[in-house]
Amino acid sequence: MALNEEVEALRAIPLFQRIEASRLRLLAFTSERVRFEADDLVVREGDIGDAAYIVLEGRAEVLVETPQGPLRVAELGRNDIIGEIAILIDVPRTATVRATEAVTALRISKELFFRLVEEFPQMAVEIMRELAQRLDRTTADLREARAQLAAG
Amino acid sequence: MEKTIYGFVFRHSLPQQLFLLGLTAASFPVLYVSLELPKQIINDAIGGEGFPRSLFGLELGQIQYLMVLSFAFLGLVLLNGAFKFAINTGKGRLGERLLRRLRYDLYSRLLRFPLPVFKRVGQGEIIPMVTQEVEPLGGFMGDALAQPVYQLGILVTIGAFMLIQEPILGLAALALYPFQMYAIPKLQRRVTALAKQRVQHVRRLSDRIGESISTIEAVHADDGSNRLRADVAERLGGIYDIRFEIFRRKFFIKFLNNFLAQLTPFFFYSIGGYLIIEGRLSFGAMVAVLAAYKDMSAPWKELLAYYQQQADARIKYDQVVQQFDPPGMIEEALQVEEPEALPEIGPDSRLAFENAAYAEDEISQPVRSATLSIGLAEHVAIVGPSGGGKEELGLLAARLATVTGGRAHLDGAALAELPQAVFGRQAAYVGPSASLFNASLHENLLFGLRHRPLRPADAGPEEAARREARAAEARRSGNSDADFGADWVDYDAAGAGPGQEMVRRMVEVLAAVGLDEDLYTLGLRGVLDPAAHAGLAERVLEARAALRSRLDAPGAAAPIEPFDADAYNVNATVAENLLFGAPIGPAFAVSNLAGHPFVRSVLEEAGLLDRLEGIGLQVAKIMVELFADIDPGHELFQQYSFIEADDLPDFRAIAARADRLGLAGLEAEERERLLGLPFLLIPERHRLGLIDDGIRADLLTARRLFRERLPEADRASVEFFDADRYTARASLQDNILFGRIRHGQAHGAARVSALLADVIDEVGIREAVMEAGLAFEVGIAGSRLTQTQRQKLAFARALLKRPALLVVNMATAGVERVAREMLFLAVRTAMEGRGVIWVLEAPELAEGFSRTVMVEEGRTVEDGGYEALKEAGGPFARLLRQ
Repeated sequence: MALNEEVEALRAIPLFQRIEASRLRLLAFTSERVRFEADDLVVREGDIGDAAYIVLEGRAEVLVETPQGPLRVAELGRNDIIGEIAILIDVPRTATVRATEAVTALRISKELFFRLVEEFPQMAVEIMRELAQRLDRTTADLREARAQLAAG
Repeated sequence: MEKTIYGFVFRHSLPQQLFLLGLTAASFPVLYVSLELPKQIINDAIGGEGFPRSLFGLELGQIQYLMVLSFAFLGLVLLNGAFKFAINTGKGRLGERLLRRLRYDLYSRLLRFPLPVFKRVGQGEIIPMVTQEVEPLGGFMGDALAQPVYQLGILVTIGAFMLIQEPILGLAALALYPFQMYAIPKLQRRVTALAKQRVQHVRRLSDRIGESISTIEAVHADDGSNRLRADVAERLGGIYDIRFEIFRRKFFIKFLNNFLAQLTPFFFYSIGGYLIIEGRLSFGAMVAVLAAYKDMSAPWKELLAYYQQQADARIKYDQVVQQFDPPGMIEEALQVEEPEALPEIGPDSRLAFENAAYAEDEISQPVRSATLSIGLAEHVAIVGPSGGGKEELGLLAARLATVTGGRAHLDGAALAELPQAVFGRQAAYVGPSASLFNASLHENLLFGLRHRPLRPADAGPEEAARREARAAEARRSGNSDADFGADWVDYDAAGAGPGQEMVRRMVEVLAAVGLDEDLYTLGLRGVLDPAAHAGLAERVLEARAALRSRLDAPGAAAPIEPFDADAYNVNATVAENLLFGAPIGPAFAVSNLAGHPFVRSVLEEAGLLDRLEGIGLQVAKIMVELFADIDPGHELFQQYSFIEADDLPDFRAIAARADRLGLAGLEAEERERLLGLPFLLIPERHRLGLIDDGIRADLLTARRLFRERLPEADRASVEFFDADRYTARASLQDNILFGRIRHGQAHGAARVSALLADVIDEVGIREAVMEAGLAFEVGIAGSRLTQTQRQKLAFARALLKRPALLVVNMATAGVERVAREMLFLAVRTAMEGRGVIWVLEAPELAEGFSRTVMVEEGRTVEDGGYEALKEAGGPFARLLRQ
């Protein structure tokens, strides 16, 4: 059944991987499945984000505005997440994502996500843990980069 | 209002009371004879001698004589009963009329309270007084005179009978009454006082509960619930103490009463028995006295009960009437009576205040000295620091409050002496929070135009006679006999005739205040009766066709899945797919489908019954799993669950039983509940993968069977979808779409509303859509609208009556900036050449007004043009700088 497929996709996302399966099922059930046609914009750089999208099917490209025009920086496919930071804080989208072929995605709205976190604080703890690990990695990377700079 | 309950009763029902009294007096001789007869029967007919006897010239044997007397007794019993029946019915009717009058008077007085009273008195106190507390007074008022006289009369009649029969026995029977008459009321008085306290305590409790409800947000936000619990527990404790004390005393009185009542038979047996043995008293007389004594206890009890009731009623009446007599009440003549001639307010009128002062009570005097004269073609802004008296000045200008010092007049006539109708019909007021009724937008708008019945309702002769009878009864209780069903709308004031003309005018006004978009959106969701709107159905069908052709255009990925009689619609519910129509009434409503025998037979025939039950079981299991540990009150539940929080445990039990016993092992009722679940499924939205192609095909078969076999009796319960016909039961939007918005399309909803707007304008039914919006129910106090929408609606109501003077009092404080500017513009345009007094929340808003008045510490300190005051560097300039 389709719901299981979505739960699998959610589980593949690092941000959600520690969360219990039953919660993920609820998250999937209460989220909307959205279809984008080729060339539709999933998110636009600079807009305030209100949802994250998890690609279930299809491909999309990530574009960044540069003085020379849009620059393609990455390609996304199945089980990739788009705009995950938006469901945690209000920040403008840092890039534009455009569907290069028809894309089906699971839309996780900020509102719904917060309601779930409210209901299950354990989810928040797991997400915090994941974020802390990321911060740790980024800090380590930064330290290394500084060291390299100083050495170079 | 009459100071005492007897005053009230006599003033409004003296002739009727006297009539009842007469009837009562007439019943006593009958009663006396019916007491006398048993003695005759026993002594004379049964134990007598010397038969045959002649009675009215007839010779009668002993048996015949006995029968004649017995039947005479039966006749008297019937006659006695008839008297009682007539008296009781008369009392009942009288009591009900007086109760009706009392309630009406109280409500009518409530409408005349000065506004500050409502700051002090809670709803929770007032409402039970009118609804519940006066209820027992009705019974008492009917009894007020007739009951004590009647019961006392019976006592005296029986007492006299006993004394005449046998003075000694009679004296014995009556000996204890004086003591009882003295002691019982004394004891009773204390109980009554306690009852009075209880009423006050309960009243305060209900007020406290009301307050908890209205402040519930703060209670949650500040974790204050336990403090409130403690408060209520304390109050309940107080009530408990009082109630328990009442019980103790009540039962003591009962004990005493019973004891005294039993003491009398003791005298009968001892003294009466002695007299019979001595041969000084006949056996018949003893039986008659005993029977009469038995009859005495009932009226005695009634008399005591009356005494209790009377004490209660007097206190209750006092308490209620005191509450309904606050100082400063609006005079009846100024509000209730239709004035003979209304002083007209026009552009040349002047509203003037000279050293006007206004005090709410001894402590607060928000307006100390206001001097100001306003021509009613001017637009005047009133500004000042908050709490400086500008709001109260607004109330004075709208005549919602009257000055307590100085003078306030309109064209030389003191404001306080003008009937409410003068301002009520020619001026309008918009306050800080709109007063909205729990009715449609339409009704709320018309409230400002309905002052008195202007045209009788069109009704057949039968209906007219019924109404006249109603009105006559209303007059008997001193109620208003104005026909609520008549047409009260003052069309001249609005400048629009009845029917469509008025509807257009309302739409116009709502558009002016910026509610047109909202009205349009509400209208799309609204249901319009095509019969009442000629040509509407055709044009909606045109719009449907236009939409279809746009959707069919190549390259457009359709955001809508149209209804098709031969195809399963994956964006609609299973129920919609089965009926392929809109249910009318409860018969085929989604929640009733599973239990409907015809639906079940159709599903059975299509081979779906078991499978759908199976799907229901799966849905139940999924829901139980997903929502098991979610708080029942949580929004997630309401929004996403198929099962109500309360029913979840039931379904958990059903699912567990099904695991053990299989579907076949479940009770019929359990299976029916499971069958109810899949009807709500929308495959595209819920993505549970439960409605597969096989089921869809069979549901199409069921759809066909449903339509073909639908019994005649159920025809009226469903309106089938038809691409070429208007569905009267469906909303306008559903009628135009004739399909369902596809789930899961990015930007689908936005594209649909753009498409809708497009075709609606193409066929020109935007107005009809807005009209449908007028039927939108705003909810209690307008709770289904946003704060901004509510205020806009209040402005629309004010502008609809084209007032000569509009007073706006801090009405845009909670309104978004864009909306506020729109309201300013709407008022300024509509009120061109008429008077506007606008109390503003911020001084810079005064810029567009021709004149600005600055109010500070209850005084008018500056008066002039905006720029001039700004330059002057006085209080206004200072306020502006803050």
